[in-house]
Amino acid sequence: MTDLLTRRGEPPAAAPGPRRRGDRLPFRLAAPPVSGILRPRLTAVSAGLAAAVFAVFCWGMTAGDVPIAVADVVRALFGHGEPGNRLIVIELRLPRALAGLLVGCAFGLAGALFQTLTRNPLASPDMIGITQGAGTAVVAGLVLGVGSGLGTQLLGLLGGLVTAALVYLLAWRRGATGYRIILVGIGIAWICTSITDFLMARGARHEAQAALGWLVGNLNGRDWPQITPLLWALAVLVPAALLLGRQLRDLQLGDDVARGLGIRVQWVRVAALLTGVGLAAFGAAAAGPVAFVALAAPQIAQRLARTAWPPLIASGLAGALMVLVSDLVARRLIGGTELPVGVVTGVLGAPVLLWLLVRANRAGSGG
Amino acid sequence: MLLVAGATALLLALIAVSLLYGALDIPPAEVWRTLLGDPPNARVENAVRSVRVPRTALGVAAGAALGLAGALMQALTRNPLADPGLLGVGAGAAFAIVVAVGVFGLGSAYGYIWFAFAGALAASLLVYVMGGLGRSGSTPVKLALSGVAVTSFLGSLTSAIALTSPDALDRFRFWSAGTLANQSGDDLLRILPFLAVGALIAFALAPSLNGLALGDDVATSLGLRTGRIRTLGVASVTLLVGAAVAVVGPIVFVGLVVPHAVRVLLQYAGIGPDQRWLLPLSALLAPVLLLAADVAGRLLARPAEIQAGILVAFVGGPLFIVMVRRRRLAEL
Repeated sequence: MTDLLTRRGEPPAAAPGPRRRGDRLPFRLAAPPVSGILRPRLTAVSAGLAAAVFAVFCWGMTAGDVPIAVADVVRALFGHGEPGNRLIVIELRLPRALAGLLVGCAFGLAGALFQTLTRNPLASPDMIGITQGAGTAVVAGLVLGVGSGLGTQLLGLLGGLVTAALVYLLAWRRGATGYRIILVGIGIAWICTSITDFLMARGARHEAQAALGWLVGNLNGRDWPQITPLLWALAVLVPAALLLGRQLRDLQLGDDVARGLGIRVQWVRVAALLTGVGLAAFGAAAAGPVAFVALAAPQIAQRLARTAWPPLIASGLAGALMVLVSDLVARRLIGGTELPVGVVTGVLGAPVLLWLLVRANRAGSGG
Repeated sequence: MLLVAGATALLLALIAVSLLYGALDIPPAEVWRTLLGDPPNARVENAVRSVRVPRTALGVAAGAALGLAGALMQALTRNPLADPGLLGVGAGAAFAIVVAVGVFGLGSAYGYIWFAFAGALAASLLVYVMGGLGRSGSTPVKLALSGVAVTSFLGSLTSAIALTSPDALDRFRFWSAGTLANQSGDDLLRILPFLAVGALIAFALAPSLNGLALGDDVATSLGLRTGRIRTLGVASVTLLVGAAVAVVGPIVFVGLVVPHAVRVLLQYAGIGPDQRWLLPLSALLAPVLLLAADVAGRLLARPAEIQAGILVAFVGGPLFIVMVRRRRLAEL
């Protein structure tokens, strides 16, 4: 009884929990210095990005060898209108647009997670070997003849996951810090690239061409077999990413402070790493490692929203927008030829990032 | 001094091994006689004089250039990850070569050396200018970010051309693995002046780089002109990497791993990270790594070959990971 009483009469010890929990709820709104400045801009940016994604998504479905008016696209989507239009919209353009949307979202989110986790804007799956590991597995499959179609996808996924596990294990030394993950990842990335180069040089010309086509990132002929696994993966991984986001930001304060705040540091890190790898690997399995999205999208979102970290939802939306716009350009740029989307994301994404860099540098807020 | 002697001895040993072993089994005595100008027969003379000697010389020159460039870049950017690959120099050369083959239809190494050189120069200038814009000048993070952006941009353009031109793809996939094979002595002679000038600038900069390591503010207050040091440094890196990459392909890891390894050696020797030791030792030890990889590639898959660039990554990758685990690379 006395025990209970003293426990109840101990508000200072119990307070940090509830008070921190309150931070996430409307309490925060009453604190103008933080939420009053950051959140409205972030919300506006996210809403703007979402609107842009929706607009480009619809626009992409109207464009093609057979132009279809927006109204007809909407009609076809709901199962009305001409059968010909319905066929084109639902069977051909919807899967492709959906694949672009989901892949972009996956890469954007993965990039944001990695960049927050490692506290480094350069840390995207393309930099720390996960993309290269997936690439090596797929090229090995193509050149050594393991198979194509679903085989390619599974290989990509497997390669990405194995590489990520390898990077994390090798970076582990009484805990894995962001800095060591990046460095080890770069080492692994190069080993994987050199294996891929070796396989490419060994294979026949058409095998090399097929391998390069996948390595660049491609949305040509995506259909439900590629989309459905990605959709399920996102249904699990996106909520996980959002849940982990806040704890990851607390990790930015340093491991000791985060531990003091009651965060299980290594657990959060492993969970975030797994989530990021899953997003990147499923994205790459569906469309190949679309260049630059995971690196640029979080940076674009962060600079648009002027936050101190890559905002998760806005990063996913920025990634989706990048891929959708790039695919539109890739399809329409040269008549008769469909360029792989990865070529365009690289070509379009790099100047955007450079422009953002220059602007931030001018304002004196660059790195 | 012992370090320099050891490194030189190691390099000489590797040069000997590279001359003695190859696809063809030739007794050491015959190799020696050929080198002295008394070949036993035409076949041996051809193998030694027009294959092994140029190949070994190219390995020494290209390796030294890559090692020197890596050490220089790490000092200039104060970035332990700086590498000709990361800062876009290799990507620039690769893109220019694919343009030369795919767009202009050039087929010989003679033609595309100049393209690669121009590409490397343009890419490194672009990275440098983009990274240096703004009030605070070029900081490591800005430089690295713009390097990645430019690399990715050029990589996408390269793939676009390679995908539409099968000839370009064919040439690119062999060249991009990085190899010392199939190069004539003429190619080496053509790039040698650029390498020499680049190396001279690098060695001349070494004392100033020690000041730069203390940070731009301290360096400026010591009377160093940081802007001029960086400009000269970029010029040197471009000359070294552009020329080397044009002939042997974008060999990664040599420029990154060797300077880090040398730093470890210097620490054990009690000298510390002094650029006046770091640069020459990197130039001596980088060819050891490259030649070792080349010889291994020749012997492992006889009569075929594994490209030196691939084996360098195989040796350098794990070594790099071991170093990451052992030491804190942030301390430059």
